[in-house]
Amino acid sequence: MMVLDLITTTAVSTIRDVLPIVVILFGFQFLVIRKKIPNLKKIAIGFVYVLAGLTLFLVGLQEALFPLGEAMARQLTALEFIKPGAGGTHMGVVWTDYAWVYVFAAAIGFATTIAEPSLIAVAIKAEGISGGAIRASGLRIAVATGVAFGVSVGTYRIVSGTPLPYYIMAGYVVVILQTFRASKSIIPLAFDSGGVTTSTVTVPVVTALGLGLATTIPGRNPLIDGFGLIAFASVFPIMAVLGYAQMSDWMLARKKRHLKEAKVGNSTS
Amino acid sequence: MHPGIRQLILFIAGPLRDISPVILVVLFFQLVVLQQPLPNLEAVLTGLVFVVLGLALFIRGLEMGLFPLGEMMAEAFAHKGSLTALMAFAFCLGFGTTVAEPALIAVAAEAADIAGAGGAILNTEVARTDYAFNLRLTVAFSVGIALVIGVFRILKGWPIHYLIIGGYLGVVILTLFAPAGIIGIAYDSGGVTTSTITVPLVTALGVGLASTIRGRNPMVDGFGLIAFASLTPILFVLVFGMVFH
Repeated sequence: MMVLDLITTTAVSTIRDVLPIVVILFGFQFLVIRKKIPNLKKIAIGFVYVLAGLTLFLVGLQEALFPLGEAMARQLTALEFIKPGAGGTHMGVVWTDYAWVYVFAAAIGFATTIAEPSLIAVAIKAEGISGGAIRASGLRIAVATGVAFGVSVGTYRIVSGTPLPYYIMAGYVVVILQTFRASKSIIPLAFDSGGVTTSTVTVPVVTALGLGLATTIPGRNPLIDGFGLIAFASVFPIMAVLGYAQMSDWMLARKKRHLKEAKVGNSTS
Repeated sequence: MHPGIRQLILFIAGPLRDISPVILVVLFFQLVVLQQPLPNLEAVLTGLVFVVLGLALFIRGLEMGLFPLGEMMAEAFAHKGSLTALMAFAFCLGFGTTVAEPALIAVAAEAADIAGAGGAILNTEVARTDYAFNLRLTVAFSVGIALVIGVFRILKGWPIHYLIIGGYLGVVILTLFAPAGIIGIAYDSGGVTTSTITVPLVTALGVGLASTIRGRNPMVDGFGLIAFASLTPILFVLVFGMVFH
């Protein structure tokens, strides 16, 4: 009956999460707006679906994914895996020995971002608003690629022990430069994507990876170096979405040019 | 095929596709790289069924409940025309959803441990609890402010990039002066503030406002609230570190 216990506790904490939102919404509804809510029943059912869905989702993650993912992160960062036969010392271990860690960071960063519910929500909205010009799947793949790259670089930072602010500041500089070149309509969405990547699915596994690395490498402080991976997962998606938009603009322009050239070629021949 | 079964397949096909990369990555690393059998297969399979069903329900609820509600509130406030009421709502929504956020509570507690161990504050239970509570209030306040600024921007139609770039420059400058122990926590706090229920609601609110107000484009003006909610906590926590350390 452990699963039932888990469902109950998760449901309670999800409801506690939603309670302030419900209080604020209804407080303003009754005190300030004072208008009847149309489709109240449908909205209430929707809320129940969201609560039940999120509870099941979290319980499932805790049953299936998190224990495996965290165990994997520990094993991949353990010295016995990095350098078998090193006899438990870090002598002669170089950053390239951690190759599987970088690959795992990228793969799990990508996969968990694709499954992130809040990103799905923003992507659905963006596809609807843009009238299909932005595809929900394209946006999610771009964001996930950014997270994959970011978390992978973030693990390299922990392995190499280089300071976090350098990376994040360099990331910001690239984002600022891209912002000046990107089309106006994609910028707000790109910045939003940086904030939604890191919630229910990505954070626990990525945090376990950071803590695992910071604990096993001598000279790293798990409390200080274990943090910061989330920051990587927030900056790089912005770059990826801006880059994705620039690339699709460029390809569209090239296609138009080709069509034009083909037409000109036909008329002159 | 029975129409009910067809509907069920359609209902879970999307979430199944969403979750499949995770399954592939986990299987590959467990079986090929680590070369170990899957432990506790039964629990893993039950868990996966829960994940897929949960995601399917969540997305259905999103379109039935959270999106229409956010848009409706936006419309109601726009028609009421009271700036004070809208600003108060934005602040309450930001503050209220953040202050009790479990991820934030966890980060604040760890931050207090670091500060205690590093000698930035007295390493006693009381001092640490105090520190964690103040940090939580700071972050929640900053998210409230973020939504106020973000909503105001939508009303005015200001381009987002000047505000965001200004914010980033602020982060860069504050990082130079902030104590080393707070930097990682500050950067991470921007990511933990936006929960799975807040994001759809806030997005629908922004897009709803931009669609209702004449002269605003939902694509250019509607998005961006989450961006502010991820940026201001970094600034506020860096300042918090400079004050309290």
